[in-house]
Amino acid sequence: MIAEIGRFLIALAFLACVAQTLLAWRGADQGGRSGAARAGTAAAEIAVIAAGLAFLLLVISFVRSDFSIAYVASNSHVDKPLLYKISGTWGGHEGSMLLWCWILVLFGLGLARIGPKDPALRARAVSFQGLLSSLFFAFLAFASNPFERLLPAPIQGADLNPILQDPLLAIHPPMLYVGYVGLSAAFAIAAAGLMQKSGGRELASALRPWALGAWVSLTAGIALGAWWAYYELGWGGWGFWDPVENASFMPWLLGAALVHSAIATEKRGAFPGWTVFLALIAYILSILGAFLVRSGVLTSVHAFALDPERGMWILGMLGVSAVAGFALFALRAGSLGEGDGFEPTSREAFIGANNLLLAVTAGVVLIGTLYPLFVDLMGWPMISVGPPYFDASATPLLVLAAALMPMAAFMPWANGGAKPGLKQMRAAFLLVPVAGVIIAFIAFGAPVLAVVAGGVGAWALCGAAMDVGVHWRAAKVRAARFAVAGRALAHAGVGFIALGAAADASRPADIHRSLATGESLTIAGRTLTLEGVRRADGPNFMADRATIRVDNRFTVNPERRFYPAAAQTTREVGLGSDWRGDLYVSVGEARLREDGVMVYELRAAFHPLVWMLGFGAFLVVMGGGLALTGRLISGVPARVRVRSDAAPADAAAPVEAAEARA
Amino acid sequence: MIVKALILAMALQAAPGGLAPEEEARAQALMREVRCMVCAGESVMDSNAPMAQDMRRFIREQVGEGLSDADLRQAMVERFGHEVLMRPTFDSRTAPLWIAPLVLLLLGGALFFTAMRKPRTRP
Repeated sequence: MIAEIGRFLIALAFLACVAQTLLAWRGADQGGRSGAARAGTAAAEIAVIAAGLAFLLLVISFVRSDFSIAYVASNSHVDKPLLYKISGTWGGHEGSMLLWCWILVLFGLGLARIGPKDPALRARAVSFQGLLSSLFFAFLAFASNPFERLLPAPIQGADLNPILQDPLLAIHPPMLYVGYVGLSAAFAIAAAGLMQKSGGRELASALRPWALGAWVSLTAGIALGAWWAYYELGWGGWGFWDPVENASFMPWLLGAALVHSAIATEKRGAFPGWTVFLALIAYILSILGAFLVRSGVLTSVHAFALDPERGMWILGMLGVSAVAGFALFALRAGSLGEGDGFEPTSREAFIGANNLLLAVTAGVVLIGTLYPLFVDLMGWPMISVGPPYFDASATPLLVLAAALMPMAAFMPWANGGAKPGLKQMRAAFLLVPVAGVIIAFIAFGAPVLAVVAGGVGAWALCGAAMDVGVHWRAAKVRAARFAVAGRALAHAGVGFIALGAAADASRPADIHRSLATGESLTIAGRTLTLEGVRRADGPNFMADRATIRVDNRFTVNPERRFYPAAAQTTREVGLGSDWRGDLYVSVGEARLREDGVMVYELRAAFHPLVWMLGFGAFLVVMGGGLALTGRLISGVPARVRVRSDAAPADAAAPVEAAEARA
Repeated sequence: MIVKALILAMALQAAPGGLAPEEEARAQALMREVRCMVCAGESVMDSNAPMAQDMRRFIREQVGEGLSDADLRQAMVERFGHEVLMRPTFDSRTAPLWIAPLVLLLLGGALFFTAMRKPRTRP
């Protein structure tokens, strides 16, 4: 019965979304306060409840190991621990799509309840969100039913892919989806604003908190995924420009551009069309990401549920969303108004440069990811576009963006402010630690790009510290303090990420070596001795656990696991961490050496300062969260007004005053 | 990016296969640029597949015999096709890929300057 009820609930949610689209549209035509608008909100409520219940039923089916449901049978197993039975619900295509759909309608209801202030704009946004949800629920109802029956029911399930059986991976997809799908709310508000011909400033104000919330969640989701890849996949990397990683990186880059350009639009009316365009394309690239991950057009280590028919469906949804969004934009962008000009050393110029670099990076990542497909379509001999391409094209752009970032906070709006800005920054003083870091990197023999990125990281950290030092006292009211703290934390996070990435790129060569019990190897000045290997079986796997002593100080225990249900072998990495970095050891197959001794293949690596990557991402999330909190409790900041002919020396003063008023 | 690896710690000991530390670093840099042909987009450095192990051994052997990076890449391409290189070569078919970043930067820069040069309205 559960499966049938689940299927019915999905159909109900689909119909509710269609009703939401039509009713809210009518409501918006009537000004947003009519019965139709309220009925649209009610439809959004029904969709949320129906989809939530359907999701709950799927979780229950997993907990009960109901293998008469095909999706459960292919993603679960009775021996699996309860946590992974539950997380198996979103471990495959259909279940994760159901989660995606549920989040879509949750954002629909969110827009209806706490969306844009203008009721007509709000109803229109709810309608557009309904359209986006209808597309995905149709996909769920007609082409990827998570409750499909499998008769006769198998006695045992096929198990969840063992590498996904990890606590982090249980929460990574929901975070990621809140990010991807949250961008749909920015899309819906942008499309609604174009439809309603609202001005660029109002629109930027309405969509910024949604974009910020989504982007913060996307940041957290990507960081968790990178952390998981680092310790679970066992190759010692935290990201390597894989197509699926690129698929989540593109919306992240555009989201980052959006949360900054929306500030300029909101406060000064700059870049009104561009902000709206970003809001549209960020969500479209989220759908493109879903297409790349789920259709099987690209080979990737993370690809799952590959199915060309599903690919066509997602391509169709992508097409509808893109045509609707861009047609509206082409027709109505004129109504957004135009921004004022600005000086090359103004705040607008720095935000514009940030947007230029982030958007070009996203474009480069897009082209690099899709180019092999293009080559294939042309019938040319296949090529690979891998990390060396992106490191040569995209990474320098990101390093440049991070180098400009610290100065932006010291530039006045609209007017040129290089001199007062640099004076406030006491730039010469900052160059001392930066030079220290650069010299340290050179002394360790780091590659050129890593030396530059390390210096930029130190520069960003100093800039963030200076930002707080200079602007905290000037920020008299709570909203301004939230804004300063959020900005400084997030920018310091970028500095830590740059430093951590630079240090990791300069790490010593990894060592692959076969060791017998009692033998040692040395990496980065640490001596690793294999003390022994013994069996350490878990609830649903068999394992060999190695004990490796490091410098007689501590031991690490990498494992090699075999999951019989999935017939798959995985490696659990042994990590020894301190502030200097991670010692990273994985153990491979045992074999008989020529002299008749049993040896184990070890891979040892040292990742210097790798914690800075995680800490940096944490700071970015905290900073974004603070900015969002300040916004939620204090409302829309005031428009910044500047005297267009202000003397440069005074140019900063009106900004502070305006921020204090906000 | 060619990762010139830091080899302070390794200088004290011989690398596997008897490569000198500089040669091992060069071999590992190459391994990061060569794709494992049976895997999903992993380099032979990262993969544990038997084929990747064979390719690692091959690269170490060739580096040990003094083959230059360019010659080794050429040998790989002859054997496996252009797909084996993670960094596409520059030729007529990959020119758009390499030129695209510059074109995007120019287009975006033009937009940026247009926005900057707009007249200022009086507050």
